[in-house]
Amino acid sequence: MESVNEVEAAANKMACAAGLSEDDCFHVTMAVREAAVNAVLHGNEYDPARQIAVNLENTGSDLVFVIADQGKGLDPTTLPDPLAPENLLRGTGRGIFLIRSFMDEVNFRQLHPGTELTLIKHLKPADETSSPTPGMAS
Amino acid sequence: MALTIASREVDGVSVLDLSGRITLGEGSVQLRDAIRDLIGKGQKSILLNMGDINYIDSSGLGELVSAYTTARNQGAGLKLLKLTQKVHDLLQLTKLYTVFDIFDDEASAIASFR
Repeated sequence: MESVNEVEAAANKMACAAGLSEDDCFHVTMAVREAAVNAVLHGNEYDPARQIAVNLENTGSDLVFVIADQGKGLDPTTLPDPLAPENLLRGTGRGIFLIRSFMDEVNFRQLHPGTELTLIKHLKPADETSSPTPGMAS
Repeated sequence: MALTIASREVDGVSVLDLSGRITLGEGSVQLRDAIRDLIGKGQKSILLNMGDINYIDSSGLGELVSAYTTARNQGAGLKLLKLTQKVHDLLQLTKLYTVFDIFDDEASAIASFR
């Protein structure tokens, strides 16, 4: 779990340094932590002999987080819907839902062995908020 | 910051004052043990004061749900008090807000167990 905490801290630092709002920074950090936890717990099944690989990048237009495990692989299409009434009282199954809720893009890639998860948060251009409303006189 | 739990009783209701983070690992296990301990002692009314919980991950949410179902299966009630905005938003997003009885003030929460 130390590695998960380190990943979380690094993601938080990068997200906040990129100028995200407090809420977005929190959500991005949470999504990355969830991905790291999934990699350790479900992917690598807590096997200390297996590692996770993490890459964090600010491309200028996006924050890109790549988390990979060395497990059996995951088919995201088989994941149950945690919002379905029959699943609400389940103790697990909300991690990927939260990741998808907080990130703009979420991509899965099978590594054989392992799964690689890419999380992308689009960064707003600096001049977007100051753009005049179309049709309004300046 | 790890999870700290302080226990007290008010009008027959066990109140657990939680502080810190409820996440996979130590925090979620502590919470699970504390609730199971109360239920094992026959406690039927449990109130989780979440006012100082600044972070909960999906495992922590799962632990809350498991605690709720464990309590319910044992004929006990488990309710939540003083959610922070972030925790409130997470429960809304995951529709868990429809599962729990949630209160903003302790007096109302305690009275609801009668």
